[in-house]
Amino acid sequence: MSITTLETGVAPIFRAGTSDAEIEAAALKLITRRKQLVLFWQIAILVITIALWELTSRLNIIDPFFYSSPSSIASRLYEWATEGTTEGSLWYNLWVTMEEALIGFFAGSITGVLVGVGLGRNRFLADIFSVYIKAINSIPRVVLAPIFIMIMGLGLASKVALAFIMVFFVVFANAFQGVREADRNMIANARILGASDWQVTREVIVPSAMSWIFASLHVSFGFAIIGAIVGEFVGARYGIGQLISIAKGTFDAAGMFAAIILVMIVTLIAEFIMTMVENRLAKWRPQQHMDAQ
Amino acid sequence: MQQDQAKGPAIELINVSRRFVSPTGKSLTALRDFNMTVERGEFVAVVGPTGCGKSTTLNLVTGLNKPSAGEVRLMGGPVDGIDPRVGFVFQTDALFPWKNVIDNVMAGPLFRGKSKAEAESTAKDWLARVGLTRFLHHYPHQLSGGMRKRVSLAQTFINEPEILLMDEPFSALDVQTRTVMHEELLKLWAERQASVVFVTHDLEEAVALADKVYVLTAGPATVKSVYKIDLPRPRVVSEIRYEQSFIDYCKTIWEDLRQEVETSYRRASEAA
Repeated sequence: MSITTLETGVAPIFRAGTSDAEIEAAALKLITRRKQLVLFWQIAILVITIALWELTSRLNIIDPFFYSSPSSIASRLYEWATEGTTEGSLWYNLWVTMEEALIGFFAGSITGVLVGVGLGRNRFLADIFSVYIKAINSIPRVVLAPIFIMIMGLGLASKVALAFIMVFFVVFANAFQGVREADRNMIANARILGASDWQVTREVIVPSAMSWIFASLHVSFGFAIIGAIVGEFVGARYGIGQLISIAKGTFDAAGMFAAIILVMIVTLIAEFIMTMVENRLAKWRPQQHMDAQ
Repeated sequence: MQQDQAKGPAIELINVSRRFVSPTGKSLTALRDFNMTVERGEFVAVVGPTGCGKSTTLNLVTGLNKPSAGEVRLMGGPVDGIDPRVGFVFQTDALFPWKNVIDNVMAGPLFRGKSKAEAESTAKDWLARVGLTRFLHHYPHQLSGGMRKRVSLAQTFINEPEILLMDEPFSALDVQTRTVMHEELLKLWAERQASVVFVTHDLEEAVALADKVYVLTAGPATVKSVYKIDLPRPRVVSEIRYEQSFIDYCKTIWEDLRQEVETSYRRASEAA
């Protein structure tokens, strides 16, 4: 048995008469090998980047006052976690931001799906409202932050409203498009099989729009976080945005980076959970097969 | 009225026309003065050049579309909305890809308010008849084209339609699979004695399956001629094609159909 190449992913050429078990074992080895290689490079790049940052900062090639360094960011995170921030416990601040983002995310995506499917199913209403939706959609959402804070105050409501509005339009647009793209034959089939309008919506339209809706949910959790943090920039008492805002005021670069890393971790976790849920719901979709070997 | 309903043919299209109006206000006539009668238990095939309006005919019978003029009658009564006695097999895949095989077949009875247990046992029964007992929990993408078509047949037949409409159902299958599907269809039809309208562009398929073959003109479609196919039943589709009478039917009808196909082809190349 001779395996020609491993790294490049080119299928190996086997001597005639190689048994299936041997070919399978070789293929499995090839797959594991490739996975390990990818993981190695991913970790290597991270380590090199952090090391370079730390080194250049220590050697004063980049100004540590502005760019901070991984070690001081880590110690700031540790200090926040153990002793709390100037604005109280880190966990409380994180929770405030999460609460705003989560409420905004769920409210925004549920309303987005409902309105998107509703208008997608009703041509007449869609024609009437499309002009208003376009108009509102053309407003950059963050400019609404001062108005929301003026109307709803410094507390939870104004940030939820901002997160909501950011999520709503993305999810709405995708749900609407997903409904429009639903296969006409499939709808006709359901109707002839005896489905009522409601059954068509529930059994055909919504499942077929689901991949569109999920695509939007992935980005929109990020948008909900943006909404919450921008809201906190403009005016708040607690939250990660407020921490960043204060860090900016005191020229605390390490604090700003620490807050950014926190948000990054939270968003990645949310993304991971969402992918898991999606994979469970979309088990009917064809899976990628390896090139037959 | 009741008497009338009991006597009438399965499907009647009387002087039916169907026009489509585009959003810019231009109209296109797909069917003109179309007349067709399908007796109960009769197998009718409709052949015609591509794009002549064959599928439009079927949509009028389902009630998905309404005629612009004329009348469509089912079992002696007028068509009002989608008729529960109608079953439809589509040309393209119309299975629900997010449902597995058995859930796809159960969809019809569940839509019609049957209990889950009842739907499941009839679905298993129908899937056994089309030979898919081992694939109940597969998803459509895991099946071959022929198997998916069998699921479609089971999905349609489970509702026990008295009128079965088929829109080029086997045109996407390879020749061998298609012959197998013809046999299965004839077997299922013989058990149920439903009235069938089978639209196809394949003349041999039409002659092999049908009692009557309608030849349509190039669009706007109207009936050019009707041929009665007097081949004995039960037919074995894989063998019938070598019989002299089958070949004679095909020759005669093809002479008739060819002019329309040529007209349609000429128009298409002029338009291009």
